[in-house]
Amino acid sequence: MALRCGRACQQYLLHLAQDNIDFRLPEIKALLSLRGKQFCPEENFKEKSPFWLLNGVSEEDVRGLMERTVCAKSAFELWGQGRTHNELQSSLRKYPLEKMAPFTQRESTYKINVYTFNKTLVFQERIKKIDTLEFLPFQGKVSLKNPDHIFFLLEDYGSDPNNIPDEPLHVYFGRWIADGQRELIRSHSVKKRHFIGNTSMEAGLSFIMANHARVKAHDLVCDPFVGSGSLLVACSHFGAYVCGTDIDYNIVHGIGKASRKNQKWRGPDENIRANLRQYGTEHLYIDVLVSDSSKAIWREGPLFDAVVTDPPYGIRESTRRTGSQKEIGKPPEDLSGESHVPVSMVYQLSDIFTDLLRFAAHYLVMGGRLVYWLPVYRPEYRDEIVPQHPCLRLVSNCEQTLSSHTSRRLITMEKVKEVEDSDELALLLDSRFRPYRGHNAFREKYFSGVSKRRGKAEQSSSSDGGTDPQSE
Amino acid sequence: MKLLTHNMLTSHVKGVTKGYPLLIKATEVKVSEVEFNPQFVSRMIPKLEWSALVQAAEEVGHLNDLPTELLPDYENNEEFLRKVHRVLLEVEVLEGSLRCPESGREFPISRGIPNMLLNEDEA
Repeated sequence: MALRCGRACQQYLLHLAQDNIDFRLPEIKALLSLRGKQFCPEENFKEKSPFWLLNGVSEEDVRGLMERTVCAKSAFELWGQGRTHNELQSSLRKYPLEKMAPFTQRESTYKINVYTFNKTLVFQERIKKIDTLEFLPFQGKVSLKNPDHIFFLLEDYGSDPNNIPDEPLHVYFGRWIADGQRELIRSHSVKKRHFIGNTSMEAGLSFIMANHARVKAHDLVCDPFVGSGSLLVACSHFGAYVCGTDIDYNIVHGIGKASRKNQKWRGPDENIRANLRQYGTEHLYIDVLVSDSSKAIWREGPLFDAVVTDPPYGIRESTRRTGSQKEIGKPPEDLSGESHVPVSMVYQLSDIFTDLLRFAAHYLVMGGRLVYWLPVYRPEYRDEIVPQHPCLRLVSNCEQTLSSHTSRRLITMEKVKEVEDSDELALLLDSRFRPYRGHNAFREKYFSGVSKRRGKAEQSSSSDGGTDPQSE
Repeated sequence: MKLLTHNMLTSHVKGVTKGYPLLIKATEVKVSEVEFNPQFVSRMIPKLEWSALVQAAEEVGHLNDLPTELLPDYENNEEFLRKVHRVLLEVEVLEGSLRCPESGREFPISRGIPNMLLNEDEA
């Protein structure tokens, strides 16, 4: 479809960042679908390339995309491309003059930048490249400081830093339209955040999650494992109203031991609401509650537009839910005394995800998305172990490697049908919906690797302040 | 706790069949100005249990002139949307509790945060 529309349709070029590579395509697809558009890949589309072509979209769509994406760096209106500079030139000569005209007028100023991927060019070389574009009908004056229009010559020298070719593998020329939201990664860095927990989600991934979830203005988003609220910060940045729950009384109230180095206790105003205030989205704060996400505290119905969460998987945060003392034989933790805090028990990891999918199936609006992290033990990972639910369709599954043997996968699902009684039954009876159970000894596998390594490294007692693998 | 949250909460005490709506006992209520967003309020109205909202507003003493019946064509009625906005997002219970209408179990609210955890034998 994309290729058939050929010259008639304007093509756009995306320049993508080369980190979180797995997360890029689902992000771009989700953001285009927010505008009712699809991503139509070229025949020779390479997902790992830093340059992608966009077909079948308008400049407005591209601008909308760039207002959201943290995976793409910049977008360009593509005027020409080729495997060599000769091919680029003949491609540029075919680009309709009337499409160039609005940007080449005598009264407008412009500049041309050269961007090279996987190679550094000295100034003279870049000037030489720009000189080969002399035939373009620019009539305006060059302004390096404050041009009306910025053009880019982009050269792709492949992805192997040890084998950089003399000539680029592909070259593009286009008019710069907009940059993406990479700046958010710095401005929302956890390092500068007022209130953090032990497992606060890094800023870039938080925004990627909000994008995969297609969070948008006037939505209501819930995080049932809210922690210090990193994901609520990201979702509220895109205009959604946010709420969440956590079983940890201390973190919801922002009291107790600090997660920062060199700080013993949390300060008086370290809480989720203050985090939103820090970024100017406090008006989008609804509430956070102390609650066990496996319990039905919400009334039945499609309440949330998205569920975005990072469930605990017991490496730096313990996996807990309320339960009876008999089940665990561990004394209740004594917290503050202002209200009863029930005994927490070790929460089977597979049950967390069964409960989470059920939560999403019940409380999402139709078409609403669930985005969450699933920890996996890499040597035994198969796609089939990803938890399923009859009412949720898997949209994407992206891996972030944590170590040689462990990773976590960002799972995105979309609600496609309302829950019926038969679905609950299917969940109980059908083993297809519980395959993660066999895989679930993640903690044990993770820590068996860790303790083996640790055993080798140090014979004496170790104390890294983390969860003791043997204690639960 | 905002009344929007209250409107979505239910009691989950074991054996309870009519756990909605939770009764509010407020000892401290605060009203703080929140940016008015008619689109969000319009989107939330169909999700609300209207009678529970009216009851909650009354319990915390902020019913004012909120109509007891939902108005038709509310999307274009800014005056009405502002009233709903105030009740949903601006009125907050800081201290008090939520009571299960059937079992009488109370869920404490402190510093604006409800604690919905149950004892081992109640869940």
